[in-house]
Amino acid sequence: MNLSRKWLNEFVTVDANDREFAEAMTLSGSKVEVTEDLGAEISNVVVGRILSMERHPDSDHMWVCQVEAGQAEPVQIVTGAWNIHPGDLVPVALHKSTLPGGVKIEKGKLRGVVSNGMFCGLAELGLDTRDFPYGVITAAAILGDYKPLDKDKPSIPADIKAGDKVFGPVVAAKVLECAPQPDSSFHTCLDLGDSTAAPDTSCMNLHEGDLVAYNTKTDSICTLADLHAQQAEFPHCIPDGIFVLREEGVKPGDDIKAITGQDDHVVEFEITPNRPDCLSVIGLAREAAATFDQELRLHEPQVKGGAQGDLFALLDVETPAADLCPRYTARMVRNVKIAPSPKWMRERLRTMGVRPINNIVDITNYVMLEYGQPMHAFDYRYVKGGKIVVRRAEEGEELTTLDGQVRKLNANHLVIADDTRAVGLAGIMGGENSEIVEDTVDVVFESANFNGTCIRKGALALGMRTEASAKFEKGLDILNTLPAVNRACELVELLGAGEVVDGVIDILNYVPNPTVLKLEPEKINALLGTDVAADEMAAILRKLDFQVEGDQVTVPSWRGDVKEMADLAEEVARFHGYNNIPCTLQRGETTQGGYSDAQKLEQKLGATCRACGYDEIITYSFISPTYYDKIRWPEDHIARKSLKILNPLGEDTSIMRTTTLPSMLEILTRNYNFRNKEANLYEIGRIYLPGGENGLAIESKVLTLGAYGEEMDFFTLKGVIEELLTAIRAGDAHDIHFEPLTAEDADPSYHPGRCATVWAGSDCIGIFGQIHPLVAQNYGVDAELYCAELSFDELMLARGSDPIYQPLPKFPSVTRDIAVVCDEAVTVGALERCIKKGAKGLLKEVTLFDIYRGKGVAEGKKSVAFNLVLRADDRSLTSEEADSDVKSILETLEKELGAVLR
Amino acid sequence: MKEQLASIRTQALAAFEAAQDAAALDALRVQYLGKKGELTAVLKQMGKLSAEERPAMGQLANEVRAALEEAIERTSKQLAEKALEERLKAEALDVTIPGKAQKLGHKHPMYIALDEIKDIFVGMGFTILDGPEVELSYFNFDRLNAEEGHPSRDWSDTFYFDEDSKVMLRSQTSPMQIHAMDTMKPPIRILAPGRVYRKDEVDATHSPMFHQIEGMVIDKGVTMADLKGTLNTVIEQLYGKGTVTRFRPHHFPFTEPSCEMDIQCHKCGGKGCPTCKGEGWIEVLGAGMVHPNVLRMSGIDPEVYSGWAFGMGLERMAMGRFKIADLRLIFENDVRFLEQF
Repeated sequence: MNLSRKWLNEFVTVDANDREFAEAMTLSGSKVEVTEDLGAEISNVVVGRILSMERHPDSDHMWVCQVEAGQAEPVQIVTGAWNIHPGDLVPVALHKSTLPGGVKIEKGKLRGVVSNGMFCGLAELGLDTRDFPYGVITAAAILGDYKPLDKDKPSIPADIKAGDKVFGPVVAAKVLECAPQPDSSFHTCLDLGDSTAAPDTSCMNLHEGDLVAYNTKTDSICTLADLHAQQAEFPHCIPDGIFVLREEGVKPGDDIKAITGQDDHVVEFEITPNRPDCLSVIGLAREAAATFDQELRLHEPQVKGGAQGDLFALLDVETPAADLCPRYTARMVRNVKIAPSPKWMRERLRTMGVRPINNIVDITNYVMLEYGQPMHAFDYRYVKGGKIVVRRAEEGEELTTLDGQVRKLNANHLVIADDTRAVGLAGIMGGENSEIVEDTVDVVFESANFNGTCIRKGALALGMRTEASAKFEKGLDILNTLPAVNRACELVELLGAGEVVDGVIDILNYVPNPTVLKLEPEKINALLGTDVAADEMAAILRKLDFQVEGDQVTVPSWRGDVKEMADLAEEVARFHGYNNIPCTLQRGETTQGGYSDAQKLEQKLGATCRACGYDEIITYSFISPTYYDKIRWPEDHIARKSLKILNPLGEDTSIMRTTTLPSMLEILTRNYNFRNKEANLYEIGRIYLPGGENGLAIESKVLTLGAYGEEMDFFTLKGVIEELLTAIRAGDAHDIHFEPLTAEDADPSYHPGRCATVWAGSDCIGIFGQIHPLVAQNYGVDAELYCAELSFDELMLARGSDPIYQPLPKFPSVTRDIAVVCDEAVTVGALERCIKKGAKGLLKEVTLFDIYRGKGVAEGKKSVAFNLVLRADDRSLTSEEADSDVKSILETLEKELGAVLR
Repeated sequence: MKEQLASIRTQALAAFEAAQDAAALDALRVQYLGKKGELTAVLKQMGKLSAEERPAMGQLANEVRAALEEAIERTSKQLAEKALEERLKAEALDVTIPGKAQKLGHKHPMYIALDEIKDIFVGMGFTILDGPEVELSYFNFDRLNAEEGHPSRDWSDTFYFDEDSKVMLRSQTSPMQIHAMDTMKPPIRILAPGRVYRKDEVDATHSPMFHQIEGMVIDKGVTMADLKGTLNTVIEQLYGKGTVTRFRPHHFPFTEPSCEMDIQCHKCGGKGCPTCKGEGWIEVLGAGMVHPNVLRMSGIDPEVYSGWAFGMGLERMAMGRFKIADLRLIFENDVRFLEQF
């Protein structure tokens, strides 16, 4: 919401500078985003009156002008513009002036002639013709400026003179005189060779002595369009030039900013959705008045009326959809003269970010900005049968809205209709069929209150949120329709834009029922932790136009957000000052804060990963469905079934991941592409499996590891996983083991021969290994990638209890190294399990220290060497005892796995 | 004999003095004090002495022996010290050679900031809660007093999984307030950090997925002054003692009164600069007193209990703390970025 401070000052006097104003308003609850001094970039630009113009001695298109600019002596300015005439008032950027866009103007010489500044066009002042419609420039085709497109075939001979025929009824004519008229047109006198003509023209680029094309048939001076000429043929006859001022009471030397309205300051507010009343100048003025403790000067619209006709005979309003239209207020204006609105109104609209259109439309917008009440104006001609019906649209009913779009409606939309058809989408946008146009004569002003939900849904369904619908959907003040429509009529009379018909049509489909609350100062203080006196509370509420009588507070109609004590407390707090509320520390019963077991496990796993050199990452929870292809999941993979976002940002973030693998691979790939030599990464993140209650996901956490680099191999990763399991003491209560994947249950994302599952007893904790080379290829990575996916829930279950101290050995141990030869197919894991099985209670540790293939070992066999540690807790072992255990181990190895001592 | 002893003493002491290492000293010890040594040889002549001479001579011999032994001891110690000194000298290193790398992993900067916040609140008796990210709009909106038409419900703002807009990605951590009220009895003090999702295109300050931290207290007699006091304490711990804060009125459907908390810009000290967009203040969180409607919907009587709640964006806080200029770095996970923290 933009606010013009000049407009604001009409209702409340606030002297604070922009910064102070912004700070105070922000702290009282109206957050200021930015403030802007509209004329900040413009300095030393004044009004100048052109005293004389002489052609530049050294140029065919420049003028040397003497200008009265409020200084003792006239100022000389050289210009290339042709739309000015002696007597014109124009903006002059004097020596050492500044213009929008950081432009600096200094005196200089133009083709040898001194120029002490520059005349300005609208664009140079940061304006355009929407700001000043009369600033539109029409250019006549000046024959002296003609440059043939083809030098050999000029359409107009170079030696053409007054009276020569150009084509058809068009002849060359010399301007003998060119006199500005009060209505911004020019009266001319032309020499046609053997006769003269005196046409009026709107072309602004004519001067005595110019040769022009004159249409004898239409008695008019030809523009480029009339001659079907291109701009390039008349390079200086352009529809652009200096902004010739036609404002009253302007004199040379005046600061241009006051004339163009650029002496205003605009404040942009962020208005929260609970305060639609602040989407208006009056609403903000009320807040400003309370903030700065100033009087709010409201104005009661006065309408003279008296136009011919009886309103109730002219117009009949029905509201069959009464539930969606609590109030409908309308008035009529006759004999309308559509014209641009006056400068002050255009200026205010523009400052607030609204484009001026014509007086009637501008009035509706002006009232919407001032009162916060959206209004609409219909052309009475097209309200068939003089009847307005507020009804639900029929299924499939069509309406072309003001933006030219054909809208297909249904019963959820509320329309304004006449006897036969819809003429507007209630609260959203008017219909093209009843639009205010140039020749509109009679106008119906609508100022209604519509159901917010209905308007919001209607606008949403049609994808057309408008300024009006955005206001209605928040719920507007039902009492505001009447003053708003009266204000519009008052403005019509003020602008002389038409005659107002007496009377108001006002249909009330609601029961006025103001909210009355009890003022309970002790409860408010108890909630705020303050000690604000009851009087102060009452005074604050009164400033905001709440009525306070005893302990009864009547909430004003525009404050639908105030419903109970807590809301009153906020009003009190806002103006008592949030920063005047003391700071106290929490009292009451103490609570035992802390982390849950799962949170502690997460911390432990993270700490262990980092101790192993892995960096933590955070990846998006949503992925693209194509990522499942990238990790080589078959079409029928069960986990491809994912929760799908119906309105995703893009395909890449369109489904909730059921695996963290693609997220990790993406980050590994990114690091690889950044040419980082190695990366060791982990994430404890969620997967989202469909099938939860009420359509929710089953959200499980996964510890994902990912790595690549020179040092990286399968066993390095396995070592990290073993450390993780040790850190959570998984081995205390479970048999931790690693299993290769069989051909049947192979995971397509992993290298079939370098991948294992991790088990705690019979529960699978996860999978890890080298990523399948084809997957790596899908990611464009020409290196070995390693990943692990461990279920957090399984880790939680596998977690061991607190450690219990085991006495240190009192007796020495005996170590024995054995090397056995076995088939290649026999795994180290199987050998280890067999060794443990064969031992007779003395074996404390088994450690693999060598695997050998080659000379001395038969083809298809391998030699595997272990270091065994044997010990008894109650005595020193004898050599014989140790040997007996080892013998038993070797026998078991031979019997069960065919592994023999080498 | 007396002269002999004196001569041995002089010679031996001189020889010991001159010994260069432990081996030479040991050879000298044998030469003088050994079984076949010079002193022993002299002592063997004791038998030839008269009974009167013997005690005096014996005493003298013992004195010489003691002197020699003491000298050997002393020299031996000196030699050992010298040897050690030389060894240490030989073993000296160029300590400016870099150490052998020990690779430690790094916590993500966002979670460094988060863990700090968690610890502060745990210290104040808060329980850390975790909850669903795929959430019902019932918890994300309805129970939080967000009326049907609230703009954040729009499909242009929030991700949905069904046409009826019932299942969604939570757009805030605030539904955790409701989960807490539904499962816990007052006094309640919770902190619920987590991922949240909004339909924002990725740029330097936006991401469709980001993190929030929700905090809530429900108890008898909880006031807005408590909210201010607690949050000020937290901010001082996070941003340093003496950090200046201010509270501004704001609006959230689920708190009343509502506020936003700003900290004074650390860069310009409140004068206004590009960091604070000229405002002098940086917004850090939104908060307020739990709305009586929210309490009622959760079966808590607002006449008996009151509470306050806050929500803050973690990304902005971590970025401010580590001066990270672009949000995209957070989710890019470049190790050169991660390993700076």
